[in-house]
Amino acid sequence: MTQNTGRRGFLLGGAVLGAGALVSACTSNEPAAQPSAAAAAPTTAAAAGGNDQPGTQVTIGFSAPAADHGWIAAIAKNAEAAAKQYSDVVFKPVEPTNDINQQISAVESLIQAKVDVLVLLPNDGQQLNQVARQAMDAGIPVVNLDRVFPDKLSYRTWIGGDNYGMGVAAGHYIGKALKEKGVSNPVIVEIQGIATLPLTQDRSKGFADALKAYGFSVTAKQDAQFTVESGTKVASNLLQAHKKIDAIWNHDDDQGIGVLAAIKEANRSEFIMVGGAGSANAMREIQSGSSVLAATVTYSPTMASSAIKLARLIAQGKGMSDLTENEVPQSITLASETITKDNAATYLPLGFES
Amino acid sequence: MTEATPTSVAKRPFLGKIGEVPHLGLVAALVLLAIVGLATRPENFATSSNLVSILALASTIGVITVGMTFVIIGGGIDLSVGAVMALSSVWATTLATQSYGPAVMIVCALLVGTGAGLVNGFLISYGRMVPFIATLAMLVAARGLAQRMSNQRTQLVQQANNAIVELSTTRVLGLPLLVYVFALVVALGWILLNRTTFGRRTYAVGGNPEAARLAGIDVRRHTMLLYGLSGLCCGIAAVLIMARTTTGSSTHGDLYELDAIAAVIIGGTLLTGGRGTIIGSILGLLIFTVITNLFILNGLNTSDQLIAKGLIIVVAVLMQRRGALTGT
Repeated sequence: MTQNTGRRGFLLGGAVLGAGALVSACTSNEPAAQPSAAAAAPTTAAAAGGNDQPGTQVTIGFSAPAADHGWIAAIAKNAEAAAKQYSDVVFKPVEPTNDINQQISAVESLIQAKVDVLVLLPNDGQQLNQVARQAMDAGIPVVNLDRVFPDKLSYRTWIGGDNYGMGVAAGHYIGKALKEKGVSNPVIVEIQGIATLPLTQDRSKGFADALKAYGFSVTAKQDAQFTVESGTKVASNLLQAHKKIDAIWNHDDDQGIGVLAAIKEANRSEFIMVGGAGSANAMREIQSGSSVLAATVTYSPTMASSAIKLARLIAQGKGMSDLTENEVPQSITLASETITKDNAATYLPLGFES
Repeated sequence: MTEATPTSVAKRPFLGKIGEVPHLGLVAALVLLAIVGLATRPENFATSSNLVSILALASTIGVITVGMTFVIIGGGIDLSVGAVMALSSVWATTLATQSYGPAVMIVCALLVGTGAGLVNGFLISYGRMVPFIATLAMLVAARGLAQRMSNQRTQLVQQANNAIVELSTTRVLGLPLLVYVFALVVALGWILLNRTTFGRRTYAVGGNPEAARLAGIDVRRHTMLLYGLSGLCCGIAAVLIMARTTTGSSTHGDLYELDAIAAVIIGGTLLTGGRGTIIGSILGLLIFTVITNLFILNGLNTSDQLIAKGLIIVVAVLMQRRGALTGT
């Protein structure tokens, strides 16, 4: 139960920020600007507001890519868990797939089944835009999860993470830590995910922009494949290329397991490392304090829980009880939060197992 | 007729020499890469820790390459190696397996690998399936099974079974233990291929299965064993990848089949079977590993690496073709 209230707080924290302005997500990424108490505070308000009170029965259709990665696995799990909390929700997931064609037909089948609302995490926003539009035209509101549809007529509400903000958060953490240490000309290494993805490019841009504020720049960056094995391979070569490193930002905690294994194998510890996404495993590593991993910046799959909650409110015609508006906002961007040793315990229940 | 005999006699040593040419070419290529490394990053490339790092990186896929060499010399192909390695690593790191300790985990990985290889071999020899199709089916199925077993999660090697991870972290004479495992597999593979009846039969089966059958070799049984051997190598590789990454995962070994086949081909083994060497394959693999290392040392991106790899494969095969043409 504590997990549930925590999640609710998380949702509202994100919602308030998102409703304010997208830009606020960036500024709030500075570690100083986010006391961990803020996540817990609005919980009581939410309960009082009555968003969780049972309403009319709604059927929520859900489609997402097949999990080949801990983060996607957590998305599906969180969505299901969130739906289970409500007696007035019938959860209707379709078989997850990585094939665009199959996902299109799966969504078509949900439209034909006349679900009340759809939650869609498309394999590719561009390629599923058409079918999402069909759903909207058929009067089924679409909650677009994370990967955005290019056409605004294709979704009622978008909720997702802030890739640029993730880079900014990591950049601020590293920039601040190195400034405090008084390092000049630091060697900063960046291990990306799949380089061709726009999300990777956004993360890198945010990272570079934030570092610029401290007068630092990325010394070397190299792309891995979001897998443990690619993380090991790239990291062990990078460690050879740079005999002395001051900081590493690794975009993804799953591949981070491999990066940490390579670091341990090379017996290196002269630098700090920051992770990305916020896996439970990374949080435990941060908590232990014995690892080079000093922090991780979130791109939390809890967004799937929130998406289900939003879908339910939309289908029931309710607004968000903490906001003034009568309807759910059109878009919500989660803030990328920085998890350090000090607040890891608060976040651990929200972390996903990789 | 009378003229034919002396030419065919003269051909023997000549052919033998041609067999050595790709080796020389490979060594030359490696030397060239080393010179590039020394010229561009003198302070990083020739350090002992970088060389160790290259060898450790090459170990996992190197073991697989040894098995692949046997299969290809035997006239087959194994597309399932990466997936079988992933499946072995996942099976060996499930909570149930981990509760029995590191020794059982290793045995589990080896058995799963060998088992999958024998299934490949059975389908090909006794089911008369084309190797390409049978192992392609195994590739997809093994990857799927690995995902199902792991529930698409990355499975960490538990603290209690850290003995596995020590294969990678413990060093003897400056080299991690897994490099010794790699060396041992290469040595045993070389002996098996060059000094035993099994090896000679492998060349015979790959060169001309019909002639091999007439010579009294049980071609089907032998083919099945070759795939079993390749599977065993995948199992060993699974143990090494568990040691290196501290995990078992269905994403391990992605596209290993292409890297392994490419290494074997640029190593001078004929894709049609009957000719090839383990040393060539290993040199081919080292070329790939050194290229990756050089690219990362110089901060170049992965896309260029892929282009370089592609070019090398084409050049190597063209050289082989010329060798074969001048030989006949």
